Amino acid sequence: MSAPGRTTGKGKPVIECRSVYKIFGRHAQNLLEDADGFIDADAAKAAGCIVGVNNASFEVHAGELLVIMGLSGSGKSTLLRCISRLTEATAGKIFIEGQDLLAMNGRQLLDMRRSRMGMVFQNFGLLPHKTVLENIAFPLQMKGMKTRDSVSRARDMAELVGLQGRENYFPRELSGGQQQRVGIARSLAVEPDIWFLDEPFSALDPLIRKEMQDEFLRLQDVLNKTILFVTHDFDEALRLADRIAIMKEGIIEQLDTPANIILEPATEYVRKFTQDVPREKVLKIEILMDPVDETEELSDLRVSKDLIIETVAEAILNQTRPVGVVDADDRLVGSLHASHVINVLFGTKQGT
Amino acid sequence: MAAARISRKTIGFGVLFAVFVLLCLLVNPSDANWLWRLPPLLKDLPFIINDTVQNLLFEWMPIEVYDPTIDDYETKPLFREMTRAISSFLLFIIEVVREVMLGGVKTIVAFTDWNFINENPWLRWPALPWTVITGWAIVLGYRLQGIGLAALAAFSTVYASVFGQWEPSMQTLSFVLVAAPVSVVLGLGLGVWAFRNRAIEATLNPLLNVAQTMPHYSYLVPVIVLFGVGDHAAAIATIIFATPPMVRLTLLGLKNVPADVVEAGIMNGCGGFQLLFRVLVPTAKRDVLIGVNQVVMQCLAMTVIASFIGAQGLGSNLLIALNSLKVGTGIEIGLCIVLIAVVLDRMSLAWAHKQTDYFADLSFFERHRLVIMLVAILVAGCLLAWAGSFIFEEGRNYLYIVPHNKGITTAPFWQAAVDWTWDTFFFTLKGFNEFLITQVLFPMRDLYLGMPVIATFVLMMGLAFLLDGLKSALIVGGFLLFIAFSEYWDRALITAYMASFAVMVAAVVGLVMGTLCAQNRLATRAALLVCDFLQTFPSFIYLIPVIMLFGITDTSVIIASVVYALVPATRYTVEGLRSVPEVIQEAGTMSGVSRMQRLVQIEFPLAFPHIMLGLNQTVIFGLFMVIIGAFIGTTDLGQLILGAISDPRGTGIGLTLGLCVAFIGLAVDQIVRTWAERRKKELDLG
Repeated sequence: MSAPGRTTGKGKPVIECRSVYKIFGRHAQNLLEDADGFIDADAAKAAGCIVGVNNASFEVHAGELLVIMGLSGSGKSTLLRCISRLTEATAGKIFIEGQDLLAMNGRQLLDMRRSRMGMVFQNFGLLPHKTVLENIAFPLQMKGMKTRDSVSRARDMAELVGLQGRENYFPRELSGGQQQRVGIARSLAVEPDIWFLDEPFSALDPLIRKEMQDEFLRLQDVLNKTILFVTHDFDEALRLADRIAIMKEGIIEQLDTPANIILEPATEYVRKFTQDVPREKVLKIEILMDPVDETEELSDLRVSKDLIIETVAEAILNQTRPVGVVDADDRLVGSLHASHVINVLFGTKQGT
Repeated sequence: MAAARISRKTIGFGVLFAVFVLLCLLVNPSDANWLWRLPPLLKDLPFIINDTVQNLLFEWMPIEVYDPTIDDYETKPLFREMTRAISSFLLFIIEVVREVMLGGVKTIVAFTDWNFINENPWLRWPALPWTVITGWAIVLGYRLQGIGLAALAAFSTVYASVFGQWEPSMQTLSFVLVAAPVSVVLGLGLGVWAFRNRAIEATLNPLLNVAQTMPHYSYLVPVIVLFGVGDHAAAIATIIFATPPMVRLTLLGLKNVPADVVEAGIMNGCGGFQLLFRVLVPTAKRDVLIGVNQVVMQCLAMTVIASFIGAQGLGSNLLIALNSLKVGTGIEIGLCIVLIAVVLDRMSLAWAHKQTDYFADLSFFERHRLVIMLVAILVAGCLLAWAGSFIFEEGRNYLYIVPHNKGITTAPFWQAAVDWTWDTFFFTLKGFNEFLITQVLFPMRDLYLGMPVIATFVLMMGLAFLLDGLKSALIVGGFLLFIAFSEYWDRALITAYMASFAVMVAAVVGLVMGTLCAQNRLATRAALLVCDFLQTFPSFIYLIPVIMLFGITDTSVIIASVVYALVPATRYTVEGLRSVPEVIQEAGTMSGVSRMQRLVQIEFPLAFPHIMLGLNQTVIFGLFMVIIGAFIGTTDLGQLILGAISDPRGTGIGLTLGLCVAFIGLAVDQIVRTWAERRKKELDLG
């Protein structure tokens, strides 16, 4: 389960999980003692336990967006709740910037939540008796900030998520998308550096969902938080993630970059998800390119390595010679053969 | 498959009934025969309870108490000191509230002494002029709901004042204003506690069940013994009765707070108390406030009964009027109670459904508009009363306060109406009365009394077993066993017969009326409105018109019970039929059902569980009314409870009898509710 994939951060991980378990049921401890590594599903069933999270280990680095993807009941929300300590993990270690989260007492945890963590919920979790502004100001007031200051800060947050003009509305007067904007603004009010999102867009209509994803990417571009994002939507995961952890029955089946997951599914289960994914819509040019070969004669077309294949496929196929691939600084970093593109578009065989 | 199961059930019922009839015929009715009547093994229970209470009050845990009058320590039992302290504290608060509204000197006396008052006769707390309270009620009504409620409030307060019911009304109100907040705080606290602690919830649940099904009367005796007689005792009895619904609704509201909201609160850094008071309770506001509404209604329902143990106010006046058959006065007082109940009900409901308005930048005046209005009314009312003292120079200042029974009265008119009814319909009424008693009620009573105990057990437990399974059968058996082992089995049978007669009539009439009303949108709304209105009546009110017509007889009680139980029967039928999901209705329409087919094939089967829940309510309402009816003279458990009130050793008897009644109710509740809830789940009706 090692993840060789690209990470944006360097140095110590912001979130680190080591063999985290969450087991529901009375004989959880016995089950843990008997198990070595992963807990056997049959053994758990025999003991009358349900395993929510089974031996999860991974790291999230500063500024990285890790998506936890899985179907309902896969334990993805449970894992997130263990890391936010909304539920207590049964065993394992969780470190937030080197601090042992599970060893924290109530006071320390409260401080951690008040200053370092923000969370967005699937069904928004807005307080129905408070206005947009009051909802956003709520975590600030819990910290003890003065009403006037918290409201003025909340006004800024409302503007950030595009809710200006609706500050005095009640949640019931807003659409689902707008409500979730309030939820996002609220979770960002204390300027946390760790951001948890639990299926934030799942309760929204497809069109609104797309819009909110764009909005989310825009925000992340500006804010650059360390993010754990839970979703059951594989497409959403592909769109947003730096890395994806795919969960099934509590076990992380694969944790890797979107491209690697599509190109090299680790298990049969993961393959089923990747099967119908249109690769050209997900993969970047970078994946298909060959190293620069000085002898090769390239066409005049230059494409950026970060482009999605689909957007330039037609142009590439119109070239008779391989196309040059450049990085952000316009340096030549590779070449791209049309045959690779054809493979991705039509072939059953994977590219490269 | 399904057909086979149904037929097996039918056979089960057939066999059960056959066994029941056989047992009735075969068991030899003699007191020595255990199959006929169980021996009263629990005969001593009342005495044990008595002794325990006496011990608790007079001997348990003696402590040294300093007595300032004799300047020495005295040995007194701890428990009695505690009840005394509670009593005097409650009494003090009730007096304070009462004097704020009606004026007086007792509060001032409490801080000084009588000599001081006698030396300074000007030291008297003035009453609030009735115009002030009327004005307040109107403004509150307007702010909470609008012009309609304001008009209702105006009518009610003016009525109370003009008809000379002001003083007793304010006494009743002061009693509610103390008992209700205490119940609310207590209920909120217990509800929150139960929410946070499973064990507490599990303990509270059965206690709440019993507390809500025990007839009000049976609290009275132990309360008298522990706390004495007076307004405070009445307040305590009321609090015991009014708190359970508050606990229930608080718990319900808190449980219904979405998990996301709670988790959001935690993640936003709420501490324990912040989470409770800034997230959970505000989010559950609606349910909590409906709990408040329930508390207020229960308090008003208790006013009449509480007057048995010394509550002053409208209740005791009504009791006196009815006892001396002054129906006219009774009607006026009853109407006054109803008006207060309706106004308070509407106001608290409006409060529950009111959404908070919030605007960030309001001026001081806008923000405190309500308070400013109320203060303005206070000043204006006082000025008016002061001006009034010049207009009505000698005697009464009608702008200040209208003294009791110095208002207008319509009593003679009502009295004349009653007399006329009696004179005109005497033979019809008497004939009906006699027919009902001799041809229907007595034979039915004899039938119930002729039932051997084993047959009753077989019937009830068998029903529970067939409908809900073994666990229910055992629970029902346990409830019945308690009654059978007490001395009151025969009395319980009489109670059961009256209640079941009332329930049967109410169920049939309610079902028909409900079904008819449910056919039409307008009729549905009208029916639910009427039910709402009737439900706000304190139960005692139902007795007034029937006593008018039938005098003090079993017939009166039965009819009052029928009318009272008719309300839930009708309401649940209408609700059940109306709540059949739209999709199923549409599917039925596209399958081409006729009106009748729709009713029989779709609506009734789906509404049946809800209707049965209504029947369950009907049973409890019927039982309550039958017990209350004892006040005007019937011969069942209720009457014994009433007797126990005047018996100094009545605590144990009162409680045991109360438990008997509660257990009849709970046994039926167990069978019907378990079945109805399971059935609803099966039908996927939530």
